[in-house]
Amino acid sequence: MTEVESLLREHAPHVLTALVRHHGGFETCEDAVQEALLAAATQWPVDGVPANPRGWLIRVASRRRVELWRNEVARRRREESVMLLEPPGTEPPSAVDDTLTLLFLCCHPALTTASQVALTLRAVGGLTTGEIARAFLVPEATIGQRISRAKQRIKASGAEFRLPSPGERPARLAAVLRVLYLIFNEGYTASSGPALHRVELTTEAIRLARQLQAQLPGDGEVAGLLALMLLTDARRPARTRADGGLVPLAEQDRTLWNGAAIAEGVGLVMAALAVTEIGPYQLQAAIAAVHDEATRAEDTDWRQILGLYDLLDRLAPGPMVTLNRIVAVAMVYGPAAGLAQLERAAAEPALAGHHRVHAVRAHLLDLAGDRAAAREQYRLAAQRTLSLPERRYLESKAAG
Amino acid sequence: MKYLIMIWHNPKSREIWESFSDAERAEGWRAYAELDESLAASGEMVISEALADPSQGRRVPAAEGQSLATDGPFPETKEQLAGFFLVDCESFERAMEIAARVPEAGLGLVEVRPILAMNGPDM
Repeated sequence: MTEVESLLREHAPHVLTALVRHHGGFETCEDAVQEALLAAATQWPVDGVPANPRGWLIRVASRRRVELWRNEVARRRREESVMLLEPPGTEPPSAVDDTLTLLFLCCHPALTTASQVALTLRAVGGLTTGEIARAFLVPEATIGQRISRAKQRIKASGAEFRLPSPGERPARLAAVLRVLYLIFNEGYTASSGPALHRVELTTEAIRLARQLQAQLPGDGEVAGLLALMLLTDARRPARTRADGGLVPLAEQDRTLWNGAAIAEGVGLVMAALAVTEIGPYQLQAAIAAVHDEATRAEDTDWRQILGLYDLLDRLAPGPMVTLNRIVAVAMVYGPAAGLAQLERAAAEPALAGHHRVHAVRAHLLDLAGDRAAAREQYRLAAQRTLSLPERRYLESKAAG
Repeated sequence: MKYLIMIWHNPKSREIWESFSDAERAEGWRAYAELDESLAASGEMVISEALADPSQGRRVPAAEGQSLATDGPFPETKEQLAGFFLVDCESFERAMEIAARVPEAGLGLVEVRPILAMNGPDM
């Protein structure tokens, strides 16, 4: 990311919220800000960064907003000769910080997940439509359409630019955390293809989570999510080989892990667990912390990991939690205990036929020393996965 | 998730299409145009294309004695790929819903296949 780009991303949500406060009309303001950002992206590298970048952006976006508004009035006059609308002020609006409100609006429940993600990255993250499209490997028009549709839906739902009521807040915050986690994961798990654009998504998600945490320092799940991102991303340099092949956790070169990110993540999750109500993100972060604190794979405190999975299984059960917990059971009590629990779990409808059941079974059979049976399970898992890097990994385990 | 919606043709379906009146064929094209538009509007379209007739295709020759093709050269196989939609949507169910709107779906000639993601989970 260039210096200008990071500057634009930092200012983008503040410029947008200032405009919305001043002029109203989220959708038109969002378009105006996007145009101001594009103007800055071409002008600043040539003319230099203005002394007051945010003021510059607000001024340009504001002017554009007024133009868009005039066009709109002219169009409506032509169509229905409406009464004169109250003209917006021409004074540059002040920069009131409402990025939290903005984040809630972008993750509004009336929107599809794909639209929430795209709108959050553009309106709060300050990314261009083209950048988002490249990161998600879809055409720019597709992302553009998701954003304009999202804005139409927000308008149609009558959502206002204000913080959700205390009653709605937990569900709305959960939606925000989910969107940030999806953005993170999309970038983190990318292991081939135009990975550079995709890695930017993890950086972006961490940046947004950091902003959110600064605004809600007392929220344990916000801290937990940020910690989870940091503790997971810390391992990124070791999780893929140069050819994009996946390296399992147990075989990673741990000296490549990012120590500073681990220290920050551990600090965040420890502090959150000590004072706030426990939640799924904190537990996942705690599990990641236990892995990250082991200097060698064989030093991993699996008993503690199992205890954390037991809690997670009660608090936020799901098929992946079940499977990961079974791996921990096998590490503590041996592969036979894990395999026995896996057979019971595999009968559940949510897991029946799932490729990860075969992958876990293969891993446990390998631990038990049954190489032939493990191979067959790796082959079945490779056939059923929907991920190309995972298929390559499973195929090599089936062959090896 | 991305899904490839494949539209297959065979001699029978070609016969049906050729027996259509101009109005019926226009109806088929309209259904395609509407599907294209609605996918563009919903932000789910990646690309859609129709393929030239199989008689216009060429196969890369195999090295001497190395051909692994089991079903003869392509133009002799019964079912031929005639076109496709690449969509990016929320779920397999949604992809099936979209695929059901392809006119050939009624003849059982439309298939949906997930595209492998370039993302890999932690191992």
